[in-house]
Amino acid sequence: MEMHAKKRIEVVVEAPLLNRLLALIDDANVSGYTVLPAIAGRGHHGSWNREGLATDAGRMVVVVLIVGADAVSGLMDAIFPLISRQIAIVTVSDVQVVRGERF
Amino acid sequence: MSDVLGLAAQNLLSPMVLFFVLGLIAALSKSDLAVPEAIAKGIALYLMLAIGFKGGVQVALSGVDLRMAGAILGGIALSLIIPVIAFFILRVTSSLSAIDAAATAAHYGSISIVTFIAGTQALQGMKLAFEGYLVAVAASMEAPAIVIALLLARRYSRSADDEPLGRVLREVAGNPSIVMLVGAFVIGWITGARGNDMIKPFIGDLFLGVLCLFLLDMGLIAGRGMREGRRYLTAPVIAFALYMPLISAALALPLALMVGLSAGGAALLMTLAASASYIAVPAAMRLALPQANASIYLTLSLGVTFPFNLMLGIPIYVWIAQAAIGS
Repeated sequence: MEMHAKKRIEVVVEAPLLNRLLALIDDANVSGYTVLPAIAGRGHHGSWNREGLATDAGRMVVVVLIVGADAVSGLMDAIFPLISRQIAIVTVSDVQVVRGERF
Repeated sequence: MSDVLGLAAQNLLSPMVLFFVLGLIAALSKSDLAVPEAIAKGIALYLMLAIGFKGGVQVALSGVDLRMAGAILGGIALSLIIPVIAFFILRVTSSLSAIDAAATAAHYGSISIVTFIAGTQALQGMKLAFEGYLVAVAASMEAPAIVIALLLARRYSRSADDEPLGRVLREVAGNPSIVMLVGAFVIGWITGARGNDMIKPFIGDLFLGVLCLFLLDMGLIAGRGMREGRRYLTAPVIAFALYMPLISAALALPLALMVGLSAGGAALLMTLAASASYIAVPAAMRLALPQANASIYLTLSLGVTFPFNLMLGIPIYVWIAQAAIGS
């Protein structure tokens, strides 16, 4: 089966920021994304857990995008001003997809 | 003095407060007891629906008068003044940065609707009436403090962002709790006694049991907050979270007298002023003042001020309101 090389961008970000981030991704003409809830973790700001919070302020979500290599730079430029001041992790990795025309 | 102790004892021995204490103890003893997130969110929506609807029905039954407008304006004024006072108190008495002080001040200028609900239940237990439109007052007090806090942060800190105020306010206004509270209030107002008869089994007898479950969860959250957030707090900051509610309540009393609220209504306005937000404002601060340390303001509002108001503050405000206005 023929596979196609793409880039997988993963953004772990504070839940209150999600709508703003998705609006930027929409504006960047990306074909799609997936949002996942993060359960628990630990980082520079200490540990956190999705359970036992009264507010979205301590929750984290994960946004996953699959894009062509040529779209990565523009997308990063678009989202960096937003996430640079927040609690966030951004990674870009190489992936293979089956239906390359979808991304 | 024996009156206030009696009120405090009656409040402390209510099922709501005891379930809250159970949650606190469970969290502090590292028990695995937990209310699943989806259930907690559903319960929160239910409580907003019930309290908003009941307030609307009360307004439909008693009619609207100028006091409602006066109380809403008074509530907004409190929400504008309290963060300024809180900010300067924190700057003078603690080593918090201007950003952390402003973010914390926003929480104390805004309100906690769960504290308000606990206040209404305490009043009902004491057979004290209150004005239904205080639900609308509560909703109007949610956002103004955020604006003041952002202005304070910009004035006193160079690192504060120029976040557009309108954008933050739009996001706060879209908060599910506020939409449900205000929406249910309007529906209760429109449908009045007829609507109340139709959904009374849902919002009447069930209400206290559901509130107990919610307060159990709040106790768990507060306990975890205390356990994990206390290392960020110094003695002056913890003291602030205990005396600031009293200062805010003292500011609310003359307003309640000016507006002509009943003793129960005055106690609730004092409770609103004394309460600190831990749902809408933390999320707004993560957007508008991300440099501020969330552990400070969340632990203070949820781990210190909320338990204080629930266990001691509310009976104190009721006692003072009754002494000032009569029952």
